[in-house]
Amino acid sequence: MPRELWKGNEAIAESAVRAGLGAYFGYPITPQTEILEYLSRRMPELGRAFVQAESELGAINMVYGAACTGARVMSSSSSPGVSLMMEGLSYIAGTEIPAVLVNVMRGGPGLGNIAPAQSDYNQAVRGGGHGDYPRIVLAPASVQEAIDLMALSFDLAEKYRMIAMMILDGSVGQMMEPAEMPALQEPHRREFDWATNGAMNRERRILSSIYLDPHDEEKTNLRLLKNWKNVQANEVRYKEYFLDDAKYVIVGFGTAGRVALSAVREARALGIKVGLLRPITVSPFPYEALDQLTGQVEAFLVTEMNMGQMLDDVLLTVRGRVPVEFYGRPGGVVPFHDEILDEIHRLASGPLAVSTDPRDSWLARMYSNLKVTAQ
Amino acid sequence: MTTENLVYERPEAFTEMPTHYCPGCTHGVAHRLVAEVLDEMGIVDKTIGVAPVGCAVFAYNYFATDFVEAPHGRAPAMATGVKRVLPDRVVFTYQGDGDLASIGMGEIVHAAARGENITVIFINNANYGMTGGQMAPTTLPGMKTSSSQSGRDVETQGYPIKVSEMLSTLEGVGYCVRRSLHDPKNIRLAKKAIRAAFETQVRGLGFSMVELLSTCPTNWGITPVNSLKFVEEHMVPAYPLGDYKVSDAVKQIKI
Repeated sequence: MPRELWKGNEAIAESAVRAGLGAYFGYPITPQTEILEYLSRRMPELGRAFVQAESELGAINMVYGAACTGARVMSSSSSPGVSLMMEGLSYIAGTEIPAVLVNVMRGGPGLGNIAPAQSDYNQAVRGGGHGDYPRIVLAPASVQEAIDLMALSFDLAEKYRMIAMMILDGSVGQMMEPAEMPALQEPHRREFDWATNGAMNRERRILSSIYLDPHDEEKTNLRLLKNWKNVQANEVRYKEYFLDDAKYVIVGFGTAGRVALSAVREARALGIKVGLLRPITVSPFPYEALDQLTGQVEAFLVTEMNMGQMLDDVLLTVRGRVPVEFYGRPGGVVPFHDEILDEIHRLASGPLAVSTDPRDSWLARMYSNLKVTAQ
Repeated sequence: MTTENLVYERPEAFTEMPTHYCPGCTHGVAHRLVAEVLDEMGIVDKTIGVAPVGCAVFAYNYFATDFVEAPHGRAPAMATGVKRVLPDRVVFTYQGDGDLASIGMGEIVHAAARGENITVIFINNANYGMTGGQMAPTTLPGMKTSSSQSGRDVETQGYPIKVSEMLSTLEGVGYCVRRSLHDPKNIRLAKKAIRAAFETQVRGLGFSMVELLSTCPTNWGITPVNSLKFVEEHMVPAYPLGDYKVSDAVKQIKI
């Protein structure tokens, strides 16, 4: 396929279609609405199902119903809308069926704004819905990567009968970049042995998330965890940049990771031995890769477009063995590469101490940089 | 003349499982009518049911069809998802009044407005049964429930919602009627309506719903027989039986 200029949201929509999407259910919300708009014309043109639902609640439960039939199905939304979908996600998780959800994140909490943010990391990675359940979360940093991860999301969701979420910030959704599309596939309608698609000449099937006997629910919880251990063992994905001789390593996902890469390249040109680890699966998180680096480096810098959410996963891995520093721009602000470069200089000029919460010194620096005072 | 006449047989659309419903509750009657219709239409094999949250949460244990179990109120959305990817299957939801008329009002109105080709069996027993008889949107004015203990005060707790009347205003609705399960005559009429609703769906004539006035002796705190009388004397006047919408295309159906 030739490389074409694609807008992130439309590229996500088209790559889902190419991956055999059978049904899409969604609700308008900025900055992801182009996914809904694109599919509103593309899906019917291919004879596939599209419904603009009455709400995100409606949309996710339509996804739930369609997913029960074994069809490839997805929804997409942005932060406040994804909050509304948490009920459905919990049920989907409890029913152990595959479904894909894209969250084009914006600044929050509350109505917040429509600018790019990464503040739904905890909601995506830790759960968000009620109950104890794991989910796969992928974080692209470019339009091409979003295209590639879209198909992977469906494959992983079906392989593990699990929710696969793709989280990106509004800038990847809104940006245009040259990218290559995969070939068009027919809608997937696999004959899963669990699908409730009408009991034609077979034993009838029930799909439910109810386990009234607590012992059955406990077994279900344990089965979910065992399944998750397989995901952790086989599906961790990340990108490494300049890590071989790195004394300092930046950890950042999505756009924050991409901006950090520009800063890393500049710092390298100045002779600073800094590298970047960019998690692609933020869940399962690349704990092992990070753990190995901990023995090699002098300090980590975590960069995020939030108040330090993935930071907790890094702290859990590093466990105080080397200093971990944090630099975030929350609220819908995207950091410039020179801000990250300044942070790299700060790391390289040392000395750094291991702190219990790297947010403390970051907060002090933010107040000083922004020339605002703590209220 | 044979000495043995078969007068009762379990419908094929039923499993062998005994229901968990309270003595005197009309859920069992409603289930039976749906099962008989599925049998008569020969569609057991291609039907997918959507169970609600409420007393009928375990409906999937009793019907021999494929079944999914929806979050509270979301059955019409789930049914939409199933039907849109499997338009040649028969999809029905079975919902109570708390599920359909309170938490799920958005889902039912929009499924009806879209003219989703699904069938809804709506049980109106004027209270939340499973959680122990709290006030529902359908609770009658002055009716005592565990959350309207002096009787529903319309000044502070509002008025009952008449779902069939509301939904019948929507263009997407092909068939929308209210029936009652309080005596054999009305039960027969209810079955005819359920048949008409499923016939509406298999012909692709839009959204179909049958509202069934039902009893809840346990939470109403009266005997099963008095519950039937309560339906006749108090619920039927508040929720008049009748055909609220039968589209011209549905009127042409000959069964």
